[in-house]
Amino acid sequence: MAQMTMIQAINSALDIMLDIDPSVVILGEDVGYFGGVFRCTEGLQKKYGDHRVIDAPIAEGGIIGTAIGLGVNGLRPVAEIQFADYIYPGFDQVVSELARLRYRSDGTFYSPVTIRTPCGGGIRGGQTHSQSPEAIFTHISGLITVMPSNPFDAKGLLVSAIESNDPVIFFEPKRIYNGPFDGDPNNPSVPWSSHPLGEVPEAYYNVPLGKAALVETGHELTIISYGTIVHVAQAAAKLAGVSADIIDVRTLMPLDIDTIRQSVSKTGRCLVAHEATRFCGYGAELVATVQEECFWSLEAPIERVTGWDTPYPHAFEWQYFPGQKRLLAGIRKVMEAK
Amino acid sequence: MSQKSRLHIPHAAARPGETPDFSYLALSPAGAVARPPVDSRMSDIEFLSNDLVRVLDENHAAQGPWNPGLDSSTLLEALRLMVLVRQYDDRMQRMQRQGKITFYVQSLGEEAVSIGGGLALRDSDMLFPAYRNQGLYILRNTGLVEMMSHCLSNTNDFCRGRQMPVFYQNAKNRVFTISGNLATQYPQAVGWAMAAAIKGEDAIAASWVGDGSTAEADFHYALTFAAVYQAPVILNVVNNQWAISTFQGVAGGERRSFAARGLGLGIPGVRVDGNDLLAVYAVTQWAAERARSGGGPTLIELVTYRGGAHSTSDDPTRYRPKDEWAAFPLGDPLHRLKGHLVQAGSWSDEQHLAMEEQMKQYVLDCWKKATTFGTMTEGPFLRVHEMFEDVFEHMPQHLQRQQAQLLELEGI
Ligand SMILES: Cc1ncc(C[n+]2csc(CCOP(=O)(O)OP(=O)(O)O)c2C)c(N)n1
Ligand SMILES: [Mg+2]
Repeated sequence: MAQMTMIQAINSALDIMLDIDPSVVILGEDVGYFGGVFRCTEGLQKKYGDHRVIDAPIAEGGIIGTAIGLGVNGLRPVAEIQFADYIYPGFDQVVSELARLRYRSDGTFYSPVTIRTPCGGGIRGGQTHSQSPEAIFTHISGLITVMPSNPFDAKGLLVSAIESNDPVIFFEPKRIYNGPFDGDPNNPSVPWSSHPLGEVPEAYYNVPLGKAALVETGHELTIISYGTIVHVAQAAAKLAGVSADIIDVRTLMPLDIDTIRQSVSKTGRCLVAHEATRFCGYGAELVATVQEECFWSLEAPIERVTGWDTPYPHAFEWQYFPGQKRLLAGIRKVMEAK
Repeated sequence: MSQKSRLHIPHAAARPGETPDFSYLALSPAGAVARPPVDSRMSDIEFLSNDLVRVLDENHAAQGPWNPGLDSSTLLEALRLMVLVRQYDDRMQRMQRQGKITFYVQSLGEEAVSIGGGLALRDSDMLFPAYRNQGLYILRNTGLVEMMSHCLSNTNDFCRGRQMPVFYQNAKNRVFTISGNLATQYPQAVGWAMAAAIKGEDAIAASWVGDGSTAEADFHYALTFAAVYQAPVILNVVNNQWAISTFQGVAGGERRSFAARGLGLGIPGVRVDGNDLLAVYAVTQWAAERARSGGGPTLIELVTYRGGAHSTSDDPTRYRPKDEWAAFPLGDPLHRLKGHLVQAGSWSDEQHLAMEEQMKQYVLDCWKKATTFGTMTEGPFLRVHEMFEDVFEHMPQHLQRQQAQLLELEGI
């Protein structure tokens, strides 16, 4: 076991996969000599060579399009898109090609591409370095969508993503790259070494895709979330003094419905939270799922806490971000409803 | 010749600890490149995309047919603006280091790109800059207090805290708002220019992208539309040799110049010494004349060097030699223009020092003034409910509700 940040855990997953599978290649902007602007690929080009860890031209459509071709011809590409906010030039290659290759060719062609990309706010990045576009991708049939909330899961899920023959969009919440974040920017920052899930095996392991994690167990309320907000929810539940099941979805598509059903059937109350915008956000899918699966167990309307339906403003980052105050208000509302 | 196919992976000429090496840069002597008429046939002017248009020689004297013959008062104004840009950058960089602003991007070493190009255009021409073109905003009288206020996201910020620092705008003086997404402004500039032509106006558009950004599809869309409709637009590629950690070869600059990117579409390309204000001015003027006389688009590659870090989030000592800028064969644009004015007898070292001091003081005064509109820690602050405005022209009900919810939570 070692103490790892999320960045180190991701680096470790990539290192292991490059090592054990000669078909794995990495490509992206600044990923080679430099090791990535967030340093997730540090040292890998030096170790595995410039044909396996490739500095790409600044063209997200080109990166994803060529990754598809590399994959069709037997390689296992891991593409890095420097910020999720910059994935859109590659959108057509994802939606019309990557996601549907298997379906349109009756299973003849597929490309096992993993697209890693940092997402989310809380780093003063303004509207072009803060977005959480996961719901745009979960809406597309044929894509696996993942967002880990800690180093242990990040490594294990990334290994599974690379091993998956289906394409995976792997979102990395950059606010928690270096430590968990409880949603209050005035609190001193906490390193991953103080968190149990910052303990990461150095060797190979995986965390299966499609399985949620129950990060807290309780009996009064179920909070369903993923990414940075998992930590905010834990802090808010504690503040509220409520005994809550907190589910970290981890894999957004396909969704682990069983874990959700079991929990909400037990607690009878549910709050759904994410950082992304609200309207047609992933929370809407979660709410619909809970309603379909657990309607007769519900004792209160399902509550939803999200980012506002505006672009991410630079000046009002902390009023935009659904922090403890907003989660607390949501928890109270769902607990008080009769 | 090997019998197997193989990949060529571009590698920078020098990395940290190695000796800077610019032998890959093709240079022409000052004054050596011909200045063809603006209505020349494509096939007669292809050389402009390979050669390097230069006016200022090693002794800072102006040479050859591209000398725009600017009078000394215009040149002194250009020099003053370049000094102002550098002083502005210097202060803002330090303010970021002190935590007063969240982010900053310098244009150190590239000042002639914006000042030379901007001066050669008319006030009615529309500019679509990239994030390293602060010189264009300063040249178009944006006001340092306003630019600083924006970087502070304070109550005087022209985009009311919506964007992170350096994403300026100046609608009144025809400079577009900057996007964080690379090259998106390029086809938009072409569209603007097409509209000017459709409306029968003689204004033209100009846009700027970095060498790295030319890889984006938007760059190629812009070239295609500009070529097909012969739009009155000037498309500039600022080749400062680096795109964060990747050198210009990763964007495809190893075998042909960026200026040559448009040749296949029939767009003339001009490769120019981007650190030579006179050459930048002359080439921009040439392209503007072509555009205004129905000659269509021109692609200009400005060969320069990114003297500073990519941004305040970057540490270039990790990927390039520390002394690379000092070894760059095209020098420092500011020193070169100053040298030119000194050798022409219209400027002196003493005058220059005094002017630098004056600009520095002016920038400091502007900073003090800007902070009276609020800083990140001290009011006055923007009002939080303003974050919901301008998503749409009229605020829909769901946003009104969210706004009310936030105000209630904040106890306002
Ligand atoms: C679509 C998109 N992809 C990636 C980025 C991240 N990024 C910002 S600047 C930059 C390098 C740009 O280099 P270049 O075009 O040469 O301009 P320079 O910084 O040298 O002025 C990158 C990759 C972005 N802003 N937008
Ligand atoms: Mg560049």
